[in-house]
Amino acid sequence: MKRGRPWLLTIMILTIAVLACGVADGSWMRHVPAKDHERKNPYEGQADAVAAGRLVYEDHCSQCHGENAQGTKKRPSLKSQRVQEEATVGDLHWLLVNGNMGRGMPSWSKLGDPQIWQVITYVKTLNK
Amino acid sequence: MLSLLWRRRQWRSRFLPVLVIAAASAACRAQERPYFVTYSHEMEEPGNLEIEMFSVIGRPPGGNRFLGSTTEFEYGAKAWWTTEFYLDGQSTWHDSTIFTGYRWENRFRPLLREHRINPVIYVEYENTSADKALREVVGHDGRPDFYDSNADARADKERELELKLILGSNFRGWNLSENFIAEKNLGGGPWEFGYALAASRPLKLAASAHKCAFCREKFMAGAEMYGGLGDWHSFGTRLTSHYLGPAIGWSAPNGMTLSFSPQFGLNDYSLPRLYRFGVQYEIEQIVNRFRRGE
Repeated sequence: MKRGRPWLLTIMILTIAVLACGVADGSWMRHVPAKDHERKNPYEGQADAVAAGRLVYEDHCSQCHGENAQGTKKRPSLKSQRVQEEATVGDLHWLLVNGNMGRGMPSWSKLGDPQIWQVITYVKTLNK
Repeated sequence: MLSLLWRRRQWRSRFLPVLVIAAASAACRAQERPYFVTYSHEMEEPGNLEIEMFSVIGRPPGGNRFLGSTTEFEYGAKAWWTTEFYLDGQSTWHDSTIFTGYRWENRFRPLLREHRINPVIYVEYENTSADKALREVVGHDGRPDFYDSNADARADKERELELKLILGSNFRGWNLSENFIAEKNLGGGPWEFGYALAASRPLKLAASAHKCAFCREKFMAGAEMYGGLGDWHSFGTRLTSHYLGPAIGWSAPNGMTLSFSPQFGLNDYSLPRLYRFGVQYEIEQIVNRFRRGE
């Protein structure tokens, strides 16, 4: 019987573990291009956008991130310091457009830019 | 026998209410493209189950009117992998109503980020006969296929492998999707080819600040075109059918999406008109809900 390659298996497991830890701690932010990082939210501070963003959130995001964005067993809270303070609105826009598919976050490009910005406007008010 | 019947009743009485309650409480508002043949690159959200029913009504000149239907169960296994099981049937006026077979498809998204053009690989196995659902048109599919009686058509079993390259783009609210189809009857015969193209856009991109059922952003309009491209021995558009039509979809407040498309045959080899209807219902995070006993 042909022997397996335990070193190859070990490297694969370690690689997956490192990648999993990497994305879990928000390392996706390191992949955001500078021009996306700097983007401004055209709806910032608009009360209507917050209300609309809340409805979009309820329709598409609450199933994973929880009704109050507190997170669930496998999905992160959106009230965290990372989302509320470390990530710029441009970072969040990039994440919503591209997703983080290896970690279960789908791309939401189908919503279109206006609804994506509305959701971000709402999310950024969560701790206020 | 009696015990089997009792068990079935017990299963129905216990399981069905749970399923109905879970579906009613867990529905989320799908924002689906109003396409009937074309696939976009947008995958089912992971953990969600979408139940879809698509029907098509048509009539070949001088032949019997038919209604072809598929019931589909689409599950988001991963953000990059969607799997789907279909049950097909059809009813032909002055003939019969029959179950025509099943299909199992898987779609994989190889690039994990959004690009200008996003490829998806589609692999399907189907075991059908006398199918009139017209979920794709390939090879020399066309008007002559619709004149056989159901009894004759059922004798022609099709166990097929279907591959598609799906290309999709989202740009300024528009979705453009292109599908290239290759299908092989595993029982013999050459590879057959086809295509499908579609574009759609919501009537309004920004969401309203209040809940509403008939806001413009709840409606999506577009157009779809598809047809056959011959087979390995005779690639091209000779003796192939092609269809084109507008499409509209409405995301209802209760998690349902309704879609409609009148489609028109573009040559004499096509059926003159097809009327397509679709109902889609999405149940969010279905596995987790059963685990939590909700």
